[in-house]
Formats: sequence, structure tokens, C-alpha cells
Amino acid sequence: MAANALEFRTCPITGKKVYATAQNLIWANAVTAVVFILVGGLAALLVLLTRWPAVHLLSPDLFYRILTLHPIAALVAWIIFFEVAGLYFGCTVLLNSRIAAPKVAWLAYFLMLVGAALVAVEILIGNADVMFTSYIPLQASPLYYLGVILFAVGALVACGIFFGTLAIAKAEKTYEGSLPLVTFGLSAAAIIAVWTLASGAIIYIPTFLWSLGVIKNIDAAMYRLIFWGFGHASQQINVTAMVSVWYLLGVLTVGLKPVNEKVCRSAFVLYIFFINLASEHHLLTDPTLSPAHKIANTSYFIYMAALASMIHALAIPMAVEVAQRKKGYTKGIFEWLTKAPWGEPGFPALVFSLFIFGFIGGITGIVNGTEQLSIKSHNTWAMTGHFHGTVVGGTTLAFMGLTYYLIPLVFRREIIGKKWATAQPYIYGIGLIIFTLSMIAAGTLGVPRRHWDITFADSIIPFSFDPTAILLVTLTALGGLTAIVGGAIYVGVAVLSVFFGRKLAPNEAKLI
Amino acid sequence: MAITSPETYWWKPADKEEKLWITIAIVWCLILFTMMPLWHIVGGQNPSVEPLKIRPKDYEKISDAFIEKYKIGEESGIPVVKPPDGADVYLRGQMWNWMPILELKKGVNYKFHISSIDLMHGFSLQPLVMNFQIVPGHDNILNITPTSSGTFHIICNEFCGINHHTMVGKIVVKD
Repeated sequence: MAANALEFRTCPITGKKVYATAQNLIWANAVTAVVFILVGGLAALLVLLTRWPAVHLLSPDLFYRILTLHPIAALVAWIIFFEVAGLYFGCTVLLNSRIAAPKVAWLAYFLMLVGAALVAVEILIGNADVMFTSYIPLQASPLYYLGVILFAVGALVACGIFFGTLAIAKAEKTYEGSLPLVTFGLSAAAIIAVWTLASGAIIYIPTFLWSLGVIKNIDAAMYRLIFWGFGHASQQINVTAMVSVWYLLGVLTVGLKPVNEKVCRSAFVLYIFFINLASEHHLLTDPTLSPAHKIANTSYFIYMAALASMIHALAIPMAVEVAQRKKGYTKGIFEWLTKAPWGEPGFPALVFSLFIFGFIGGITGIVNGTEQLSIKSHNTWAMTGHFHGTVVGGTTLAFMGLTYYLIPLVFRREIIGKKWATAQPYIYGIGLIIFTLSMIAAGTLGVPRRHWDITFADSIIPFSFDPTAILLVTLTALGGLTAIVGGAIYVGVAVLSVFFGRKLAPNEAKLI
Repeated sequence: MAITSPETYWWKPADKEEKLWITIAIVWCLILFTMMPLWHIVGGQNPSVEPLKIRPKDYEKISDAFIEKYKIGEESGIPVVKPPDGADVYLRGQMWNWMPILELKKGVNYKFHISSIDLMHGFSLQPLVMNFQIVPGHDNILNITPTSSGTFHIICNEFCGINHHTMVGKIVVKD
């Protein structure tokens, strides 16, 4: 950790300079991310085995507790730690630059670590059975809110390090011309992150004071509005970072070159301007906003952001095709695709991530975000299916695919179990397709999210769902278990390779 | 490559295929954009359009008075209420039931006031699957006309504490 700030090596594959201080920070953030996906994955397994009526594993109090932990570990900690690693990679390695203020970057890391650990411990000891959203007037212990605040401040400082490094790279002329597209996309993600974390501070600081008794009243509807400025906007960071990672995976697997830089960059700018304003779709069935407000926010703004995703949805496959055709795969319409590197993990990870994000997560998002259709899907499992399509099938799978390349590139270790690594995106992707589609279908039949017992055995007024709904819940469980097997392979390969993989020689240009 | 700076000046016009695709995407966005307000006017089912704040204590008093006035019986300890045609109907979410059980008439319009006196609840009408967020301190006002008779259930789909999964209410619609 105490590396000289100016010590660097030259990457034998890309020719980029990799500074030791930056490399250590990327390592720490990425390894921590993997630890949290392990926690989140175990929580997922317990939640799944409880929601599956045939197994119904946990007691209600434990179920709601673990259900609170699952998104904190898998959605917040795993993804944001990995994103910080990705941001540092994008601003240092890709720009040949040293990192700005490494000591402050370590401070950011420890703030995030302490914050995430505090939140997780408070949940596990039963002080915060409030779900991820912690809707007021449901109250958790002050330490829970403090943990969230520490984590958010740490992440905000990490964004500052990213911007500072961009300034250093520019001043020291470590690159010529414009930023590389991947770094440009990550900058968009970092800009969105600043707004998001500011919303988080605006809502969590008064909530923290409320839990201490300093503030008497917080309006429950106001909390929902600002919470989602944080809660949904943080998913927009994930979308933007994921799209950047898609371009990066394209480079690493087929040598992707953007067909038109202007088109791709403009799409990222659309994300910055419009995507965060669309968070109000969470409030479509709330009694607090006027129809004009809802319509302006969830149609005009969200569709401008959807337009950006549509542009990337063309730009990425198009650039892959162009890259493949340059290599000589020009026979027929689809040889570029059939001869793609399906036998290495990055390419199937890219394809499954694009497919699941676009066709399952994205389309359902647009549908559910309509004023009237929100009435049909609000708080049902269809919602849960939607965001598992975006953040798990999309973001998580893309990040998993990237890990197999970061390990040899940045950490200079050979991957242990390459065959496992290659099979992993297929298992995870197919499991998630079954999982999300069954979940959405069950949701359209009324199956609620965040529910311990959909057979309503203990209710005063009896009620039971259509047997089809129970069948769909079982299918969801089977798809989820498949995905969890894929997740376990990922953690296994990543941990073994990082700690026990053969160290690559300084000049060894081996990727995977 | 996407990990290196563009070699040349990159502000270049898009290709024909890209322009075509972007045009299709914009047209699609415009259609959706037009449908949203259009459907709000033409469509018969919208979420609440009358935001109204009400203190949980005041709401509790009004809904208690409503129950007392129109109560026709009791079922499993929960009052059964039959409001007159066109009346204001108060349906209260509380830990962990929907109060009261309602008996309504098919084809009659009722003005529903749904709110909570404690935590957030999720109104989820089964088997129609119509869902509304119920927020303490705010009155979710909905004009509802039952169009078919039968028994409907309301489950809670917003986490409201340890017995959240037992929270079930009932609406009976008669011809």
C-alpha cells in the first residue's frame, strides 16, 4: 500500500502506464466488492428459499431482516465498490495517469467500508428491519442511517478523486486529444453519481436526526420523493457505468472501435441531462403529485434517456460487427456473430448483459413507468423482476465479465479455472432469464414483493392466489437457484485467481 | 479503440444506418410521449388526481365515524360497512388489516379515501391487480365504480412490519 506515487509499470498488452498506487486502490475496491457480492448472494439464497412456498425456510422476522440485507450488500456495496474500482481504472490506467491524492482515496475507501459494515451489522443484529427503502415512519437505529451516510460520503470523495485525476491527466498531458470513450462514459456516470449522492445526503441526514429525536416530523411522502432521487438515480449510475463497461468488454474481446464517436458520446450526454429526472415513476400511484407533474417527469424525461439506451443498443452491436468483419469474418450476414469469441467469458457476458438489460429490464421499465400501467405493477413482483433484469442481468453480469480481464490486466494474475469462467456467464445469464421472466409473470398475477407468505395462512380473512401464480413462483426459485450457482462460480474463480493465480511475468502479454 | 483517444477529429456526421435507427427511436419516443397524456384523458383508469394532506389522527376520526354510521355487521372481528350510493368511502390501512370490510353496489360510483394511520401500506386489489401506494398523512382519493359483482380482496404489498403478510381486506360487490 505504501507504494511510491510515481512508481509505474507499462502494460505489455495495451502499452498503458499502470501506477502502483492506483493499482492498489483498484485492487482493494474490487476485492471488497467481491466480498459483498458473496454476502449479497448468500442473502439472495435465503430469501429465495423462503419465498419458494414448498421450502419456506426462514421465520418471518429473519426473512425481513435478510431481505433488508440483500440489496444493501448486492445492490449498494458490491456495485458501488466495483464502480469505484472501475472509475479509478478509467481515469488512471486508460489515461496513463497517476491517481490524485492517493491518501484521500484510501480515506474514501475506509469510509465506504466502515459505512457498509456498520449498515450490515445493524441489520443483522436486528436494529434495522426496514427494507432497503427504509420508508418513514418505519424507523431504524441511528447507526444504520449513519452507516449509509458514511458510505455515501466515501463514494462522493471517490468521485472527487476521479475528477481530480482527470484534471491531473489533462494538465500533465498523459493523453492526446479527447478522452477515450470508456473514460468519457465513466465521467458521465460520475457526474450522475454526484447528484445522486447529494440527494442521499439531503434525505439521510434529516432522517438520521429524526432517529435521534432531534427532528420531530418528516413527511412520509416527501421522504419517498427525495429517497428515490437517491434510490433510483443510483441505478442510473449503474446503467451508465454498465454501458461504459460494455464498450470496454467489446475492446477486450473483439477489439471494438466506436463507429461514430459523436453518436456514442451524445448518448452519454443524454443520460446526464435526463435520466435522473425520471426517478418520479416510483410515485405514480402516490396521492401526492399532480398528473401534469407525473406525466412531464415520467414521459418526456424518461424517453429522452431511453433514446440514449436505444442509441447504445445499436452502436455496440454495430461496432462489434465492424470489428469482426475487419478480421475477415465476412461470409453471409451473420458470420461475424457465429465466429465471435463465444469461448471466452467476456463475450457471452457482454451479449447476455445487453440482452437481459435491454429486452427484460429496459422494456419492462418503460412499460411500468406509464401512469396507468404503474397501477398494474406497482409493488408487485413484476417490479422486482424488472430491476433484477437491469441491475443483476445487466450491471452485475457485465461487471462479472470484466473481472476476468481485470485480474490478468491490472492484478497480473492468471485466471484459475478458465473453463469455469467461460461457463459462468451462460449459467448466470440463463438462470436470470428464467428468474426475471417468471418473476414478472407472477407479478402480473398479483404476487406482491417483500412478502413472507403468499399463501396467507395466518390471515384473519382468508385469501389465496391462482395456482398458476404459485407455479410461477416455483419457476422463479429454480431460475434464481441456477443464477446463484453461476454467482458462486464467479466468486470462486475471482477469489482463487486473485489470491492464488500464477503471477504473470512483467512482459507476459496474456489476457485470458 | 474505445480505450484510446480518438485519432482524429471525431465530430462527424452519423452514417445512414445510424441516422435511420435514431429517427425510428425518436419517433417511437414521440409516440409514447403522446400516448401518456392522451391516455390520461381518454382512458378510464387513472391514479389519484386530487392530492390532499390529512393528519393521521384526523383521518382516523373521520373513518371511525364513517364505520359507526354505516355499519351493518361484523366478520372475524372486523366491521362490515355498507355505505349509501355515491357516498364518500373511507378505507383505512393499519397494522395489520384493512378497515372496514366494504359492501358496495355494482354500477354505483363511490369516492374512496384511502390512507394509513401508522406506516406506509400497499393497497393491492385482487384478483384485478390494481395497486396504490398508501401514505400516512396523505389521502389517496380515487373514484371507483365496481363493474362486476363478487368478492374482492385487498392485500398489502408495502412492507409494514412483522405481520405484513397477514394483512388482507375484503370488498363485496352486490348486484
